[in-house]
This record gives sequence, C-alpha cells and structure tokens, in this order.
Amino acid sequence: MKNTFLDFEQPIAELEGKIEELRFVQDDSAVDISEEIARLEKKSQSLTKDIYAKLTSWQICQVARHAQRPYTLDYLGRIFTDFHELHGDRSFADDRAIVGGLARLNGQTVMVIGHQKGRDTKEKILRNFGMPRPEGYRKALRLMKLAEKFEIPVFTFVDTPGAYPGIDAEERGQSEAIGRNLYELADLKTPVIVTIIGEGGSGGALAIAVGDVVQMLQYSTYSVISPEGCASILWKSAARAADAAEAMGITAARLKSLGLIDRVVPEPLGGAHRDHAAMAQNLKKALQESLRQVSALSTQELLDARFQRLMAYGRTKEQPVT
Amino acid sequence: MNWLNKLLPPKIKRAEPGAARRSALPEGLWSKCPACEAVLYATDLATTFNVCPKCAHHNRLGARERIDLLLDAAGRFEIGAEVLPVDPLRFKDSRRYPERLRDATESSGETDSLVVMQGAIRSQPAVVAAFEFGFMGGSMGSVLGERFVRGVQAAVEHRIPFICVTASGGARMQESLFSLMQMAKTTAALTRLAQVKQPFISILTDPTMGGVSASFAFVGDIVIAEPGALIGFAGPRVIEQTVRQKLPEGFQRSEFLIEKGAIDMIVDRRELKDRLADLLALLQKAPAAA
Repeated sequence: MKNTFLDFEQPIAELEGKIEELRFVQDDSAVDISEEIARLEKKSQSLTKDIYAKLTSWQICQVARHAQRPYTLDYLGRIFTDFHELHGDRSFADDRAIVGGLARLNGQTVMVIGHQKGRDTKEKILRNFGMPRPEGYRKALRLMKLAEKFEIPVFTFVDTPGAYPGIDAEERGQSEAIGRNLYELADLKTPVIVTIIGEGGSGGALAIAVGDVVQMLQYSTYSVISPEGCASILWKSAARAADAAEAMGITAARLKSLGLIDRVVPEPLGGAHRDHAAMAQNLKKALQESLRQVSALSTQELLDARFQRLMAYGRTKEQPVT
Repeated sequence: MNWLNKLLPPKIKRAEPGAARRSALPEGLWSKCPACEAVLYATDLATTFNVCPKCAHHNRLGARERIDLLLDAAGRFEIGAEVLPVDPLRFKDSRRYPERLRDATESSGETDSLVVMQGAIRSQPAVVAAFEFGFMGGSMGSVLGERFVRGVQAAVEHRIPFICVTASGGARMQESLFSLMQMAKTTAALTRLAQVKQPFISILTDPTMGGVSASFAFVGDIVIAEPGALIGFAGPRVIEQTVRQKLPEGFQRSEFLIEKGAIDMIVDRRELKDRLADLLALLQKAPAAA
C-alpha cells in the first residue's frame, strides 16, 4: 500500500518520491545506485523521526484520522483468533459503525467491541464514517452483558468522530443509549480494557470507553468536542481548530500527564498507518499486560477500583462557605 | 464592589426560600412573555415560577428558585457549596477560563452551575440537585460532577430519593476531557443509589443537551420533562449541517420525545411538586398524602 502523506509530511513525501524514482532508474541501469538509495532512505527515516518528535496537537489529530490508519477490524485480524462477529441490537438494526464479537487472545475467550470506519467511499457510507446510532450502542451493551454473563473480559477499541448527529438517531434515543452504557459499564462485572486507537470523539467514544484500564495509541486523540467544533464555538471560527486542539489537550501524552489515562501504546515510526503489523504487535503486548494486571483482582476488587477511579475524575478546590 | 470584596469567596449562604428570586427575573416591574408577547407583572411571574399565566410558556428558572419550587421551606441545607472550580488546563480562547468563571459568578450569583440541597418534598426527605443555566449555560465541569456525586452520596447515606433538574447546553469545553469524564462519574454514582433501592427522578427542562442529556439525564427511574423543553444529544444546528435538511417542527421538544417513547411524562411546572410528591410516595410505598 502506497503511503498517503499529510501536509506536514511534505518533506518526507518529496524524499520518498526521489527514492522511488531512483529505484525505477536502477532497474534498467548499469550503474549501481543502491548505496545512494540506502543513504536517502536513512535520511527519510531521520527526517520522519524529527518531524514526529515535534508534532503539534493538531498534527497528531491528522495522524489519528489518517485514511490508512488501522481500524478495529484490522487489529481483530492481527491480534485475535477465532473471531465470530455478533450482529444487531435485537430491537431495531445492526449498526455497522460498531463491530463486536467473540474471539480469542492467546487462546483465551474475550469479547471485542469497537468503532469501525470504512476505507473506500462505499464502506465509509456503510460504516457511517464510524459514527454510531443508538442501535450501535445498544448492540455494544448487549455484547457487554453477554460477556458479563459468561465472565469474559471485554476489549473495546475506540475510533469515532462522535455519535451520529442525525434526525433518526435523536428519534431513537441517542442520549439514552449513551447514558445507559455509561451506567451499565460502571458496574459491569467483568474486566473492561479500553484502547483509543484513533479518534476518541466525545460521548460517542465514552459510551464504550468506561473501563478498568484506559490506554491510548501514541498518536490517537481523546476529547470532549472536536477541535473544529470547539473552535467554531469558542473562537467563532472553525479555522482556529489548531488552537483549540492545543488548548484542549487532546493527545495521549498530555492526557497521561493529567492522569486521565493509564498507558500510552507506542506507534511505529511515522504512525500506525505506516506499519499495521508492527502496530498490532505493540498493541497486543499492551493488551496482554493490561489483562494480566486486571485479572489479578477479584470481581469485587475490580468493581471497587473502577468506581473509585470514576469518582476521582475532575479537578476542583475546596473552600469553606462563609 | 472594591477589589478586596472580589477576592473574597462569594456569599452563597442563601438557603432560605425566596431570597434568590431576584436573580432570574427580568429587570423592572414589567416583562414580556417571549411566546405570546403578553405583558406581565414581574410579581405575577414570580408566583407562577416563571410560567406565563396567559399561554403557559415555561420560561427558564434559576437553580435556587427551582429548589424553592420543589423543596419545603423548612429544614434544608446545601451540599457541596464548598467545592469550587479550578482551571486545570490553563484554558484560554478569546478569554481566559478564570475570567469567564468570575463573570458567570457575578452575573448569576452562583459559584458553579449546580446547586444541591437536602430537604423534603411535602415532608418526604429527598436530595434535589438543580442546574443553573445562567452559569456558563449550565455546562458540566468538574464542580458540577463533584457536587452531583456528593448529593447522590447523601441520598445513599440517608436512604432517600435523589432528584435532578437539568438545564444545560452540555459539556464545559474549558475543562476538556475532565468535563467529558463527568458524564461517566455522575452516571456511575447513580448505580450506588440503585443498590440501596432509592429512586432517581430526572426532570428535564429547557434546554437539556449534549453531555448532560447523554449521561445521567435519561437513566432516571422516572424521566419527566417540562412542556416545550429542547432536549437532545446533538444541537439542532449541528444536525441540520450534518443531514442538510430542515428539521421537522417541534423536533427535540418534550412533546416530540414523549411521542417517541423517550420520557415518561410531561408535567406543568405549577403541578410539578405535587406530582413529584405523589410519585415518590408511590415508589416508596408510602400512604397517599392527605
């Protein structure tokens, strides 16, 4: 797959273009230029390293939304085995913006639930750009309750711009569906391990993101509103999205330092989209470690810890009332 | 007010009924109903708790007036007033977050967007939490979450019902992810109330949107809405931009919600206390009020 470069990656793109040209020339050339190619490849790598070491929040947002970024089903194929997708909410429809089902992680039964975006136009529409409707959240809840019944750990993968803001979604109770999941997840009697793999968009993300461990991929984002939305409300201009992204603190590193997430999963050089296999390997390692960590607790300990964690969210000060 | 007074914590000891009535009422003796344009006496509006006597339009009601409406006058005390906002992200858009907080405090007389009080509804003990829309649009930040949780904890401890009256545009962007997490925090607290089998009654008023709508608002054992309130997940403008079509008349209003099966009932504000007292007595299998 040919890499699509983002705006701020243009220097890398130019270099990679040159390398491509040289490779083409080399095929029917008597002169050996492989050394030159190797030199340029090294340069491209170090350039990528430099650029990625200094990404702004807004640039990270672009990486998180990259068209080639691995999605839930990509990880399902690489990390888990025996995946059996389970469909539908049993009352209205099967929302394709959320996928879920039974699978194995190193042989152990697990439940996997995640947002799913589409690659090409047709699939994007099928998946509604990863924006679930109420039936998607209700399917997710059904699978969570199924996992609880059989004491199966749940892995969720979060990657959504947000819950779908449509007429039909409102009619079927988008608010209730999200709120219900928050309520049920707070007390779900089985381990829940959450990974933000791309965009963690607001309530639509949170509805499957309450758990015992919350981890984020290095270049994923998690925020209460999209930078564009925040900018258009507070700056009165969506063009100030970069400022909003910076002000809100939406990156994995920032949220880790604020104590809002537990772990940052490193991405391959140049982002997860450059190397799906390597990313899946890193993620698998993190999932295993997190699972080991929560498996050591009894159900009661697990639920107590989850509740304490939820109650601790927020920053306030106290002052006696005069 | 001199600079010294500004630094002092605002006086929020106003638990006695009626004392805060002035804040949400329009200035002057007369006001005009935004729905039917009838010219009304401010004093008339105060006796109907901001419901237009001519057309029954429900104007917004401040948190303390709401508590005056619902709780008996005797034996109330406030919960969580000592919890105050901070600026964890040093957030700045066109203005700094602490400046916005200061302005909101000055204009609303509150220190944040939720007032919680323990008391009684027709002699039945309960905790009531009421949103103050006049404080940054009733937005949900860390203080709101913490006060809400303390209110629920008090209800759990005393084995009494918890009632929340919402009026909010949603999350408080200036607290970013801290704000989002309040959705999970507030909703999770209610699982403990359920464990002691005490009711949570959710009363949705105009407007109840976004993160407040999509967290605890719809997990009430009983969900009540005031007439004509705008209630929904996404704002009408966002939906219009997404679906590129005009929204149907009355979309996301209480009357639309009850038709879609999203809420239990629509109750006129002037009957709210009686209905609430009845429902609480029924749920707790107490005898009917005389």
